[in-house]
Amino acid sequence: MSDTLAYARYELRRTFRNRRLYILSLAFPLALYYAIATPNRAEHSIGGTGIAAPIYVMVGLTAFGTMNAVVGCGARIAAERAVGWNRQLRLTPLSTRTYFRVKVLTAYVMAVLTIVLLYAAGATLGVRLAAADWLRMTALILIGLAPFAAIGILFGHLLTPDSIGPAIGGTTAFFALLGGVWFPVTHGAMHAVAEGLPSYWLVQAGHVGLGGQGCGAAGWAVVAAWTVACAALARRAYERDTRRV
Amino acid sequence: MATVEAGQDNGGGITLRGLKKTYRTPRGPVEAVRDVNAHVRVGETVALLGPNGAGKSTTVDMLLGLQEPDDGSVDLFGGPPQRAVVAGRIGAMLQDGGVLRDLTVRELLAMMAALYPAPLDVDEALRLARLSELADRRTERLSGAETQRLRFAVALASDPDLLVLDEPTVGMDVESRHAFWTTVRELSQAGKTFLFATHYLEEADEYADRVLLMAHGRIVADGPPNEIKAIVGARTIRATLPGVPAATLAHLPGVTTAERRGDTVVLVCSDSDTALRELLATQPRARDIEVRGAGLEEAFLQLTGVEEEVAA
Repeated sequence: MSDTLAYARYELRRTFRNRRLYILSLAFPLALYYAIATPNRAEHSIGGTGIAAPIYVMVGLTAFGTMNAVVGCGARIAAERAVGWNRQLRLTPLSTRTYFRVKVLTAYVMAVLTIVLLYAAGATLGVRLAAADWLRMTALILIGLAPFAAIGILFGHLLTPDSIGPAIGGTTAFFALLGGVWFPVTHGAMHAVAEGLPSYWLVQAGHVGLGGQGCGAAGWAVVAAWTVACAALARRAYERDTRRV
Repeated sequence: MATVEAGQDNGGGITLRGLKKTYRTPRGPVEAVRDVNAHVRVGETVALLGPNGAGKSTTVDMLLGLQEPDDGSVDLFGGPPQRAVVAGRIGAMLQDGGVLRDLTVRELLAMMAALYPAPLDVDEALRLARLSELADRRTERLSGAETQRLRFAVALASDPDLLVLDEPTVGMDVESRHAFWTTVRELSQAGKTFLFATHYLEEADEYADRVLLMAHGRIVADGPPNEIKAIVGARTIRATLPGVPAATLAHLPGVTTAERRGDTVVLVCSDSDTALRELLATQPRARDIEVRGAGLEEAFLQLTGVEEEVAA
């Protein structure tokens, strides 16, 4: 455990030293939030969901921003691999489990920062919730992010620094659109597809306690299935990855 | 000249037995390592010498447990590589490696040291790699040679018993190279075991107690540096000299073989100084004379008996 902490401490320090990366990844969802939510702030039931626009967009962009933050950890892994650092790490007692734990932890720290920032932005547009609801919403979003952490690690071990940017951008845009980040996806073929995606349930998780219908067992089953599958693939990619690139 | 018998000194050092590794590539399988047997005793400094593509790095990878051999086994200090790695007994500088960015030199070393059970003091690692003055510099601002020194410091972080260095001085200037080997000697005298892969004959000759000569995925010779140097250190003399039969030149003192390529003759020499004097004395019409080291590739081709025309 102590090596986890030591390693995590330096990983976090590295993350925050790379200012461009973390400022951009925090500023982008924030700017989008104001751009979308401000003109619609009077809308009280967006798309017939019974949820007011400032909250709906806040939750949607929290989902989008955290998704990006978490999948984005893959870019750092790809950069480390490009200089052969993963091979160097394989020559230390650092276990695969600890390595993953630290990567996930770093990703989640970025996600929590995104959440705090967007909640604050929501509050400036009049979003008011009970403390228990803020916490519940946050907890459920953090759980709903698990598959995306696995996808980030998987991408990091499959792709090169050159190819990972577009891959992350495309993947999160796809998940965001079909998951109902920008606008509610309530019926039709898109809805049927959306229900099989973890991003849809990430958004739904954020809506629990805000008048949304929540996840239900089916939703959590989708999240769990994506997490297990992507984590297994990520582990395999990590283990094959000691070959010279 | 045969491979060293494994068996004595088991439980210590490195033993490689029958290592084989074939890569699948789009152009068909490539046998990178065909059959490597070797033993390195504790405290020895051994060079793995061979031209690019000889299989050195693949051998190093298997030795460290980074790649599974298709066949054969690796024994490090009486166990599998993974056990020695977890115990912090192995330090390595891998080929073409870089370092993590967004940390200072000291932070990176502290980060690595934190992973090991009994690490080397960070200041000591800095001193040994001559990085004390650069301790607070960000790793991404180091020059190529400084990065190599940092990678050496990273290899020392666990205070290992065995250091495996794959082409450690690539990218270093003459001064850095010299300082690097001085440190290696210092550590070697303190009892550490070194195995370094190189394609520089001079490095193997000067710094190793023993040289394993590798070509085409096999260890083709194993002996003290001077013995290996005699094998691969041959020089060639080239000259433009029409009309003189190669057989005549082959009889000159110091010449091993002579070959004619158009107007040019190529003399492979055991003693190029003597051969050159004789050539000038007996063949005053010889011109465009060139003397050079045969180069490892050419020497290996002769050594391994591969019947290919060596490109000039």
